[in-house]
Amino acid sequence: MWSIISVLVENKPGVLFKVTNLFRSRNYNIDSISVGITENPEFSRMTITTSADEKQLNQIIKQLDKLIDTVEVKRLEEKMSVYRELVLMKIKVSKPSDSMEIMNLANAFKCQVHDVRKTSIIVEITATPDRINAFEDLVRGYGILEIARTGICALPRGGVNED
Amino acid sequence: MSGARSLMVALEKEGVELAFGLPGGANLPIYDELYKSNIRHILVRHEQSASHMADGFGRVSRRPGVCFATSGPGATNIVTGIATAQADSAPMIAITGQVPSKMIGKDAFQESDIIGITNPIVKYAFQPMDAAEIPTVVKKAFYISSTGRPGPVLIDIPKDVQQNEAEMHFPNEVKVRGYHPWVDPDIREIERAIDMLLSAERPIILAGGGVIISGAFAELQSIAELLMIPVVTTFKGKGSFPENHPLSLGPIGMHGHAEANKMMVEADCVLAAGSRFSDRSVGTFEEFEKRLKIIHMDVDPAEIGKNQTTTVAVVGDIKASLRIMVKMLVQKAIKRGSDNPWLKKVNETRDYYRENLKLHPHPLGAAKILRKLREVLPHQSIVTTEVGQHQMWASLFFDVIQPGTFFSSTGLGTMGWGFPAAIGAKAAKPSVPVLDIAGEGSFNMTENSLAVSVLDNLPVIVLLMNNFSLGMVAQWQRTFYDRRMIGIDLKNCPDYVKLAEAYGAQGIRAESIDEVGKAVQTALKSDVATVIDIPIDPQEDVLPFVAPGTPLKDMILPS
Repeated sequence: MWSIISVLVENKPGVLFKVTNLFRSRNYNIDSISVGITENPEFSRMTITTSADEKQLNQIIKQLDKLIDTVEVKRLEEKMSVYRELVLMKIKVSKPSDSMEIMNLANAFKCQVHDVRKTSIIVEITATPDRINAFEDLVRGYGILEIARTGICALPRGGVNED
Repeated sequence: MSGARSLMVALEKEGVELAFGLPGGANLPIYDELYKSNIRHILVRHEQSASHMADGFGRVSRRPGVCFATSGPGATNIVTGIATAQADSAPMIAITGQVPSKMIGKDAFQESDIIGITNPIVKYAFQPMDAAEIPTVVKKAFYISSTGRPGPVLIDIPKDVQQNEAEMHFPNEVKVRGYHPWVDPDIREIERAIDMLLSAERPIILAGGGVIISGAFAELQSIAELLMIPVVTTFKGKGSFPENHPLSLGPIGMHGHAEANKMMVEADCVLAAGSRFSDRSVGTFEEFEKRLKIIHMDVDPAEIGKNQTTTVAVVGDIKASLRIMVKMLVQKAIKRGSDNPWLKKVNETRDYYRENLKLHPHPLGAAKILRKLREVLPHQSIVTTEVGQHQMWASLFFDVIQPGTFFSSTGLGTMGWGFPAAIGAKAAKPSVPVLDIAGEGSFNMTENSLAVSVLDNLPVIVLLMNNFSLGMVAQWQRTFYDRRMIGIDLKNCPDYVKLAEAYGAQGIRAESIDEVGKAVQTALKSDVATVIDIPIDPQEDVLPFVAPGTPLKDMILPS
């Protein structure tokens, strides 16, 4: 079971360290983390995914809340949020027909294709982790040379968690 | 005004009258301003002691104690003290010098990344990079350290920031956006708690350190007396309830009182006030919460559900929560009598163990020494302990009568804490006697603070239960490692009477219970620090004992 935690933090040096060090020191696990500045330059938003049971998740949220540099900590329900991850995949091209097949698959998954070479193609996919995994399964047969993932970023849907 | 000057002004504005520390290259600008200020400086012999003194000062005065250290090794030497204060929620401001800002990250001489090193053990840390920030940083540091669940705050100031001139603005109030220490207790939860306590057949109160930190002694006592509920404490909560009170059972836990552990296990509902259910208190978490409804009151919401599953949770200041509870009980005219089977059983159990618990037969057995100490030491005296067997004997055999007069490193278990903390306590409350119940292994670690006690006129008494060994480790080797004794023998070294005298303190050797009593009386009359060296039996174990990882019900009793 994975969960998405959205953390609004003070945008200043050392805060990412405090958050990740909290996970380390309390023996929690971060599956992915993405950080970026928000509409208000005083704040950054961290989107953290973690696989933890309900009890541990409650603790993680409370401990994050306790950090003085966190301004708001929310758990995002999958169904009530929009969440996406961006992945770059360098896929091996062994024979000329591979290129076309990979591009067709990419098209079907609404991926962007970059850097088409004789021996490889880089595909950019922005989707939910499920969909990314499905695409990865489909192209694995060609050979995946390298992957870079951003980690999930997420926002609650309109009308949710708006106090 | 320079950064260093603004630091002193800001500290004075916070009411700081004294600070413990040791100067070095990177905090000399601070010390130069300390020279010009009205703040009294207490020079330590090792920075660790400065942090423990500030901790002891903070716990007793319930205002942050202040300590200074230079960069690098000075800063790393206070790490243990900071971790101790964090583990026991003690207010403290640690101010370290740092290498000049341009040198940070260059592995400069005496550079240590103290912000990074202390990250998991501070409540918060500041590193002002602009002198003009210092007044606000100090204001925020005191605010954060002393409110909510108190804790240590570090201020690390690069040397150039201490020296730089800036226009200073001293705020009267600060806001910290992500920090909300005051939560109003939920009235409905308190009502539920009362209902649960009233419907329980075997209710018990577990008072933790939070009662002492918030000073909720009267409220706790009122609730216990109105509802006629017996009170056990955690070790940190020892002395939150008068231990001579008819409803008092004393501390539970690894070395809890037999009657306290026994009744804790039989209870069906517990009101836990300001306790974090540490493993040393509850034994095994799963076993503890079996058949037990838990009402948990704590100022720190993250403590709710951390170690134990709770039925009712009241988040808020303990004093405020208990006060609301008392008001409700009074309004509803709830008052229970003592005539019920549970209280009868509690009294029988206590009487049984008080009469039948076997005590160590040696003429200088721990119980005899500590009961003698209780006889001669005035109730308002402050008692600290070192860490080890003597500490657990103190838990078992030294009754705290006046609430809030007993302090120990209970969370981190820091050897060497008790003596400098006692000096800090004396600085906070010079009018009362301060005594450190000590073992020599622990005292060894910070005994050079004798110089501070003597020279700074902060006389404390060290009651040294000397078993010539690291007694608690020896006990574990006897119990769990088939008597393979290693690394525990301290021999008869040094001679503590001569050691005390070498520092200009008073050293007394007490070789009988009578001499112990007389030595304490002599020390109480003395205006100089006194070390009372008591040669005890190295074979004495601390009993009862709940082995680590086992439930309270499996308590080992003396045979």
